[in-house]
Amino acid sequence: MIAVLALIAGVALGIVFHPTVPPELAPYLPIAVVAALDAVFGGVRAKLDGIFDDKQFVVSFISNVLVAALIVYLGDQLGVGTQLSTGVVVVLGVRIFGNVAAIRRHLFRA
Amino acid sequence: MTDHDKDRQNDPEQGMPTAGRKPAPVENEADEVTQLLSGEGPTVETPRKALRDPATIDLDGPTRRLSVPSPEPVTPAEAEADEQHVGAPMDAAAGAAPTTDAPPTAEPAEVVPEKEPDRVPSPQAKSGLLSLRGRQASPAGLLILALLALFGFTLVVQLRSNDGDEGLASARQEDLVRILSDLEARDSRLQSEISALETSQRQLTSGVAGRQAALAEAEKRADELGLLAGTVAGRGPGLRIQIDGVKASAILNTVQELRGAGGEVMQIAGAENKAVRIVASSYFVDAEGGGVIVDGERITGPYLLTVIGVPQVMQTALQIPGGVVASVNSGGGSVTLEQRTLVEVTAVRAATTLRYARPAS
Repeated sequence: MIAVLALIAGVALGIVFHPTVPPELAPYLPIAVVAALDAVFGGVRAKLDGIFDDKQFVVSFISNVLVAALIVYLGDQLGVGTQLSTGVVVVLGVRIFGNVAAIRRHLFRA
Repeated sequence: MTDHDKDRQNDPEQGMPTAGRKPAPVENEADEVTQLLSGEGPTVETPRKALRDPATIDLDGPTRRLSVPSPEPVTPAEAEADEQHVGAPMDAAAGAAPTTDAPPTAEPAEVVPEKEPDRVPSPQAKSGLLSLRGRQASPAGLLILALLALFGFTLVVQLRSNDGDEGLASARQEDLVRILSDLEARDSRLQSEISALETSQRQLTSGVAGRQAALAEAEKRADELGLLAGTVAGRGPGLRIQIDGVKASAILNTVQELRGAGGEVMQIAGAENKAVRIVASSYFVDAEGGGVIVDGERITGPYLLTVIGVPQVMQTALQIPGGVVASVNSGGGSVTLEQRTLVEVTAVRAATTLRYARPAS
């Protein structure tokens, strides 16, 4: 599908260009990636459930990433960046697990 | 679409049932739609295409009403279901699909008059799925592709950057501070260890140096004492004195004179070319039948006396008027003095072991 192709294209671009992460962005990129991963799994789940919506996906994707980065930024400013980013990762991990479980139920009926 | 899920979890009656869940209790028509939609693709698509064929493909949301009257003869219930089916994809195609958690959008208001609100989301979601899969994607679809590409890109970048630098560059400030303080503590520990080791090294070196100095000093003293005691051969500037036709007393006089003039090491050799070292305890005795006995060795003239010292001083001492040379010459003997810058005293004596004397200190 086109979506998968786009994902692969992005991966290929990352491999080809191999850019370095700007230092000021370095703490937020991992969290943003995890948040995006959560959004992608949620999108896949919604698609399998048949309730996928373009706009919803875009908005939730962007807002997830931004909110995650914002929380980490706030934590950094408050001096609890490590703990807060851990918390964000835990929350996102729980959501990813839930989404993957739904996808699994849908695909394997189990 | 996590928000979908969340809302669905919060509000189970709304929207489609997920796989593995029981369909939410809905009325007959909704149930029919649900079955239709949750079935396989082809069964869904076929009726939809048939219905959409006339004029709906390129139309926007508002115009979908044209396609609402189904050309096929259907029962009212089916017509209603089909109509909903048709209408929803149009919404999605317009890029403004109402979602389960977005009731404020305009679309649901449009749909509501025709159908129950709880049935609305399902077809629309289906349309979203189709549009993602489909042909000319809406701006939102393009955005999704871009986001996914960005996601893959950042994922790879992040993985690569983590691979690259052990995470130090991306480490947080307090982590870096902690690492730095650890390193500093380790550094100070190592520094103190270095200074301790250097101190012990200095001590050992000085100990070695002191021992070496003491050893050299002892060796020097041993050499000097050995020269004096006659246990070590010696060399240096001195005189070679040839004496002939004299008695032991003359030789003794010569030796004493040489000692007084600073002669340090001496030996005497006879015609037999046998040399005897002259030390403090040496004695000279006239032997019967000619010659002298020196320390038990009998030697005969002419005698060759080798002495290490200052040559001029010793020669002057010997040639002093009324001195050794004069007395020997007057006694019928002969003396020949020869200054040398290097003479060698090769005869040695065996070291004697003192039986009674001990150092006082």
